[in-house]
Amino acid sequence: MRHCACFVFFCLASAACLAEERFPPPDFTDHQVPQTIVASHHGPAWLYVDLAVLTAALSAASYFALARRSRRALLLLSIGSLAWLGFVREGCICPIGAIQNVSLALCDSSYTIPVTALAFFVLPLIFTLFFGRTFCAAVCPLGAMQELVAIRPVKVPGWLDQALGLLAYVYLGAGVLFASTGTAFLICRYDPFVGFFRRSMGVNMAVLGGAFLLLGTVVGRPYCRYLCPYGAILGLLSKVSKWHVKIPPDECIQCRLCEDACPYGAIVEPTIAQPATERKGARRRLLAMLAIAPLLIAAGWGLGSMTGVALAQLHPRVRLAERMRLEETGKVEGTIDASDAFRRTGRPTEELYHEALQRLQQFRWFGSALGGWIGLVLAAKLIHLSLRRRRTDYEPDRAGCVSCGRCFWYCPKEQVRLGEIGSISLIPSPPAGER
Amino acid sequence: MTDGKQNVDRRAFLGDTLRVAGALGFVGIAGFLAGRKSRGGELVWQLDPHKCIACGNCATHCVLDESAVKCVHSFSICGYCELCTGYFEPAPISLTSGAENQLCPTGAIQRQWIEDPYHEYKIDQSLCIGCGKCVKGCNAFGNGSLYLQVCHDRCRNCNECAIAIACPSEAFSRVPGSDPYLLKRREGHA
Repeated sequence: MRHCACFVFFCLASAACLAEERFPPPDFTDHQVPQTIVASHHGPAWLYVDLAVLTAALSAASYFALARRSRRALLLLSIGSLAWLGFVREGCICPIGAIQNVSLALCDSSYTIPVTALAFFVLPLIFTLFFGRTFCAAVCPLGAMQELVAIRPVKVPGWLDQALGLLAYVYLGAGVLFASTGTAFLICRYDPFVGFFRRSMGVNMAVLGGAFLLLGTVVGRPYCRYLCPYGAILGLLSKVSKWHVKIPPDECIQCRLCEDACPYGAIVEPTIAQPATERKGARRRLLAMLAIAPLLIAAGWGLGSMTGVALAQLHPRVRLAERMRLEETGKVEGTIDASDAFRRTGRPTEELYHEALQRLQQFRWFGSALGGWIGLVLAAKLIHLSLRRRRTDYEPDRAGCVSCGRCFWYCPKEQVRLGEIGSISLIPSPPAGER
Repeated sequence: MTDGKQNVDRRAFLGDTLRVAGALGFVGIAGFLAGRKSRGGELVWQLDPHKCIACGNCATHCVLDESAVKCVHSFSICGYCELCTGYFEPAPISLTSGAENQLCPTGAIQRQWIEDPYHEYKIDQSLCIGCGKCVKGCNAFGNGSLYLQVCHDRCRNCNECAIAIACPSEAFSRVPGSDPYLLKRREGHA
C-alpha cells in the first residue's frame, strides 16, 4: 500500500513533465540491467537474387515467345514466376508499383528509391523496347495469375475494349500524381492480387481480388487490359519494339484460323482497299479529330481544376486540417485520435491551416494536370482510331498483345514448322463467300 | 530495288538508334536516381515512439495477420515500479500476475521480482500483438520505457505501409536500413 501512495504522489508531481524519468532507474546491488534486443534487419542479400531472377525470366520469356515459339514453355515460366515473384517474394517487388517509387524519387530528393524497385521498373521497359511485351507474357505474377484463370474468355466488343483500355492511362496518371506528391501509393493500395500472394488480406481486398479472378474466367486478363498502368507504358513501347511476336513463323496464308485464337482481342484483321470517296471521308475525319484534340485537352484541364478539392481529401494533412477546423469552430463534438495527436505536438493550428491551403492549391493544379492528361489520352485515342494503316495479314496488335503465344498453335504454317502436318496444301481453304 | 533496300536499311538503322537511345535514357534516369541513393542508403519503415499515441491501429492495420509492430522495452529507462501502469489494470485487485490484473490482452509481459521494491518486466515478443495498451499505460504514469517499434524480422517493408496510412499521429516514416530502429535509451546505456 505504501507503494501505491508513493505512486499517486509521483503521478501528481510529474503529470505535467515528460513521460521519461518520472521514476529514477534504480541502482541494483547485484542485478545486471538487460539490453534491449531488437531483431536485425536482413540486409540487401535478396537484391541480387531478385535481379538475377528478373533478368533470367525476362530473357527466357523473350526466347520462348520469339525464338522457340512455345506456348507450353511460356506457361511453365509464368507458373514459375507466379510461384517465385508472387507467392515466395510475396508480390511486393513489382514493376507496376515501382512506377510510383520512380515518380516519388524524381520529385522528392529526400526519398531514396530501393535499387530493386529501380531495376524492376527499368529492365522490363528495355526488354519491351526490343522484344515486345514478353514481361507480361510470363514474368509478371499478376499477369500469370489471370492467365491461369482465363478458362472461357469471351470476345469483348471492340468499342468497349477500346474505351475500357483508356482507364489504364487514367490510372497511370493518377498513380504518378498521387505518388509524386507523397500523398499515397494508389497502385499498391488497390493491387487486387497482392493479398493472395501474402495470404492475408482485408475483406475489401479479398472481395476485389476475388472479383477480378472471377471476371478473369470470362474476360481475359481484365486487370492487364483495362487497369494496369505499367501495361499502358509497355504497350506504347511495344508499338516501336524492334522484334515482336508473329502469328505465322514465316508468311501468312490468310487462312483466318487464328482469328478467334486470341482471348485478349489483340489480333487485328487485314485491311481492305478503300474506295477513293471513303478515303476522302476518312481524311476529313482525321482532320476533325486533330482539330478537336486541343479542345479536349483544354476542357480536361478546366474540368480537372474543379476536382482539386476532392483529390486533396486523400492527403492526410488536409483531412486533419479540416477536422481541426470543425472542432475549433464547434461544428463537431469531441475529438479524434489524429486531432488529439496534433494538439499534443503543440504546433500552432495556423501552421496546419496554412499547409493545408498550400496543399489545396497544389491539388488544384494536379487536378488540372490530371484532367488535361485524360483529355490528351482521349484525343490520342480518337486520332489513332481515325488513322488507317495498310495491313495485308492477320497481325497481333502490338500494344495489346501480351505475347502469351496462344495463337501459334492455330497457325497451319506453325504446324508445318513443327512437323505435325506435311504441307499446308492439306488444309481445306475456306469457302470463297467467307473471304 | 537497291534504292528501296537502302531506304529500308536506313529506316531500320534509325529505329535501332532510337531504341538504343531510349534504353540508354532509361538506364541514365535509373543511374541518376540510384546515384542519389548513396547518401541515404536503403529505407525501411519505422515509427517514432515520441510521436506515437498508442492508438491501437498498429495491431489491426498491418497487412500481416500478426502485426510487424511489437512492443519493445528499454530497461535502461525503466523505473522497475512495483505498480507498473503498463502491466496492471488501472485498479488491480492485487499486485500479482493474475490474468484479471493484467493490462496485456495476450499476457505477453513477464513480471519478475528483482529486489524490494523493484520488479523487472520482459516482453515475450512471440505473444505481443502490438496493441499498445501497455505503452499507453507506461506513457501516462511511468517512464515511457515500453514503446512500439516495427520489428524488421517480420516487416515486409511494403511499398506503402498500411499502418502508416492509418496512423493518426504521423509517427511512421522511412528510416535508413542501416539504422532501422528508433530506440529510446538513457545516456551511456544500451
